[in-house]
Amino acid sequence: MSVELPMPLSKAPGPSDSPPGHACGSCAVFNVANLERLGVNTASSDFVIALAGNPNTGKSTVFNALTGLRQHVGNWPGTTVVRAEGAFRHQGAAYKVVDLPGTYSLLSSSSDEHAACDFLLFGDPDVTVVVVDATRLERNLNLVLQILQITNRVVIALNLMDEAQRHGISIDTRHLSRELGVPVVPTSARKGRGIPELLEAIAQVAQGRTALKARTTARLAPVVERSVSTLAGQLSAEFPGLANSRWVALRLLEGDPSTERAVRDGSLGDVDRQHSARQRALEAAERTAS
Amino acid sequence: MSAPRILESATRLRAELPRGFADDVVASIYDDAERIVRHSVTSDSKRARLGMDQVLDRALTHRVWGFVVMGVLFYGVFWFTIVGAALPSDLLYTLLVDKGHSSLRGLFVDLGAAPWMTGLLIDGVYLGTVWVVAVMLPPMAIFFPLFTLLEDFGYLPRVAFNLDRVFAKSGAHGNQSLTMMMGYGCNAAGVTATRIIDSPRERLIATITNNFSICNGRWPTLILMGTIFVGTLVPAPLAGLVAAGAVVAVAVLGIVTTLLVSWVLSRTVLRGETSVYTLELPPYRRPQVWRTIYISLVDRTLKVLRRALVMAAPAGAVIWLISNVTVSGPSLAAHLVRAMDPLGMTLGLNGIILLAYLVAIPANEIIIPTILMLTMTLGPLQYGVQGGVMLDLPEAQAGTVLIQAGGWTLLTAINLMLFSMLHNPCSTTVLTIWKETGSLKWTATATFLPLALAFAVTATTASVARLAGWV
Repeated sequence: MSVELPMPLSKAPGPSDSPPGHACGSCAVFNVANLERLGVNTASSDFVIALAGNPNTGKSTVFNALTGLRQHVGNWPGTTVVRAEGAFRHQGAAYKVVDLPGTYSLLSSSSDEHAACDFLLFGDPDVTVVVVDATRLERNLNLVLQILQITNRVVIALNLMDEAQRHGISIDTRHLSRELGVPVVPTSARKGRGIPELLEAIAQVAQGRTALKARTTARLAPVVERSVSTLAGQLSAEFPGLANSRWVALRLLEGDPSTERAVRDGSLGDVDRQHSARQRALEAAERTAS
Repeated sequence: MSAPRILESATRLRAELPRGFADDVVASIYDDAERIVRHSVTSDSKRARLGMDQVLDRALTHRVWGFVVMGVLFYGVFWFTIVGAALPSDLLYTLLVDKGHSSLRGLFVDLGAAPWMTGLLIDGVYLGTVWVVAVMLPPMAIFFPLFTLLEDFGYLPRVAFNLDRVFAKSGAHGNQSLTMMMGYGCNAAGVTATRIIDSPRERLIATITNNFSICNGRWPTLILMGTIFVGTLVPAPLAGLVAAGAVVAVAVLGIVTTLLVSWVLSRTVLRGETSVYTLELPPYRRPQVWRTIYISLVDRTLKVLRRALVMAAPAGAVIWLISNVTVSGPSLAAHLVRAMDPLGMTLGLNGIILLAYLVAIPANEIIIPTILMLTMTLGPLQYGVQGGVMLDLPEAQAGTVLIQAGGWTLLTAINLMLFSMLHNPCSTTVLTIWKETGSLKWTATATFLPLALAFAVTATTASVARLAGWV
């Protein structure tokens, strides 16, 4: 990932912001001192961060490390079934974090996994942090690749690195990052390792300071590709502002009942309206701040 | 282009596509993942996947040993809880109930407070509240951290794995064993956790049967009954072991009930195929002991205690009021108890217990304190024990109150344990079921089916015990 020096922030400085030199500002240790955990106070956030990932990869541990909350963490898949929300402030910007239930795939059917998928598709988070189990990378990557089809505003938290090391697994994170086109940050959230770097990566993607390389979406056969683009075009015309019309189009072609329902009853459009409402609120908040 | 037109267009385009194109899309993702991993991950095969996890799994998920270990572990947890809670419970009792109550009472009298005020605040609110603390705090402060340590270690999914076979046979979803275990903390949480079950049919079964997982609020009842009535049947050194055995027996009976009710439901009103499911066994992790103890104390124990206190304070006031507001002679509570006594006796319980369950519908946590307070004031009059003399607090340890003032027998205690395990869910859980199912019919089923079962089972044990001449 390309680490640029953070730009001077126009927002009101926090209490611990003595005038930092640039060298200081780019240092993760300095930045974690700048982390203000806001707990459940999610009012007026500048950015929305979604935490996604396979079950039992430590999403809730990362969530707790970021927000200072103590969301129940259990060593079994399915501990989180309802999405939890928290917040933190980092370098003057307020972030709302949404901890999603674990899911193996965006194509699944149980209602907790569906909630996760819907939020990624229609909640349109500013950054999606995919928490990945470093000891089971291949299986975890399937979800990562699916999410990358929806959005490229993604940061990969390569979690459980301590366990991976114990099992003799080493991962070339720079290569992985190049392959995926998004930042990859090794973490051991349980021990708090890698959290400062993760914060920095989130901030960079949220503020558009990292050049994200749009990954060429899964190579589709030409005939499928044609159908997807046709349908995606029609969807965009009907639901302007739908962020991932190609994904919705593919789901429709597959005949996914819940996507068909969302099109029929117009809830695709609703989500869109909700989103623009949020956008307007954020803009208003920014105006009052400045 | 309108929504129906888009759907039509999708159908038309789909017809032109090769069969199974969706599988190709998924397959290409898998290929991609495989290729990326091949290029960025190196694995030192000598150190890879050390055997510890496998050795543990071979024992903990063994067809026979798995169940043995499960039994020993849970038995150990309860034994430790019961033995460890005895001393602090006594201390809290002496400090808060005995000394605290009499000195506060004295203070109020010295200050010249009106008798009704002293009664309502000290004999009602204060006593109800501190009794909850003395009864609940010590066992919870031991039980929760132990349970959380097992959870952190990664043991719960192994239990789910072991139980999967039996759950499948009863027509339920394998994940139900996980939601069942969530219910051991709180049934409302257990009901919410059923979202991990995809099939609506199996999710309903899991929702309805979650009640038979004994929750936070009910463990103290079982532990107290086991300690006072069952543990005392054997010589003192064995008391803790036997008491723990009684608690485990009721918990196991809860699992059996869960399976039986699931079996009946899946063969009658909720018929259907059992769905296939996959459960990922997480790695064993060394629990962060101190952190776990701290968090489970602060988050679980204190949270549950706070909920109990919030419920206990008003309940204490209600109990004092119904015990002191008289209607043509006897108090309101006495009337109610007398009215419910025939049913209570048929069930091997008594009118006070049934009244207590009515008062405690908002929260099961306050059952024991409610029973104790009602028994102290009404017991001697109602059951004619000890010639209607009110007990003095110093000698009013829970066991003394129940036996001497309430006329309790072993049957009362055992049936209270059974009733506690079976009866209707608390109001919070009922609300959660309503929210999750959105159906009045299923909410009512989940509420009244357990209650009917509780009546049926306790009535049966009571008649058997009486016919056999045990009581």
